[in-house]
Amino acid sequence: MTYQMPSLDQLPDAAIALHRSAPDWRAAVLRAAEALTASGAADATYGERMIAMIEEYGPYIVIAPGLAMAHARPGPDVHGPGLVIVTLDEPVSFGHAYNDPVSVVIGIAATEADQHVASVAALANLFNDESVIPALAAARDTDEVRRLLAAASHPDLG
Amino acid sequence: MKIVALCGAGIGTSEILRVNAVRALERLDIEADVSASDVAGVGVAAADAQVILTSPELVSAIGRTNADVVVIENYFDLDEITAKLEIAVG
Repeated sequence: MTYQMPSLDQLPDAAIALHRSAPDWRAAVLRAAEALTASGAADATYGERMIAMIEEYGPYIVIAPGLAMAHARPGPDVHGPGLVIVTLDEPVSFGHAYNDPVSVVIGIAATEADQHVASVAALANLFNDESVIPALAAARDTDEVRRLLAAASHPDLG
Repeated sequence: MKIVALCGAGIGTSEILRVNAVRALERLDIEADVSASDVAGVGVAAADAQVILTSPELVSAIGRTNADVVVIENYFDLDEITAKLEIAVG
């Protein structure tokens, strides 16, 4: 039995960090790394590797207006699949051509490259509704985040 | 028809793009094999692909290819993905 990601609407409190302060994009990525560390998915070094991905390839992880999906490759500092959601009290610029500024950072860790298919497909369902990103950014508590994420478990949204 | 969705690490954003490309192709009623790849593997993954989908930042990392490189700005915008795929495969 392989370890499975919890479904999005059952994300633990440790995987949700709301209204965090980040003066720049590196700090925003580190807030996501802190949540991944707090939820047991990865060591702190994973945050530096997520930053290195952006330094190497540019801010391609800003995949929609206001939303960054921080991640790095599987490695020894990843202990299990992890997905965290961080909202920022002030949006930050990642230097993306179209989708800045970012107010919601999703952090992802995986021990194998194809591990996230199910939960990432659920994310695609969720964010096809463009109102979800500002709603997440404005969420006041973790229950509200889980309610918003619960929409992703409806298979007919696509 | 083979289409490759490309990201830096192959675990996150390329899978989002792959899922939404499949939906866009359903809208267009086009049969295609859509896979996700990272930059390191794109040479092999896209060797016989007609289309590579990716973000503006990763275009320069692709290198020489015979595939059409289609740049997607908003990975969740099915209208954008559908319109650009329709041009690339039409």
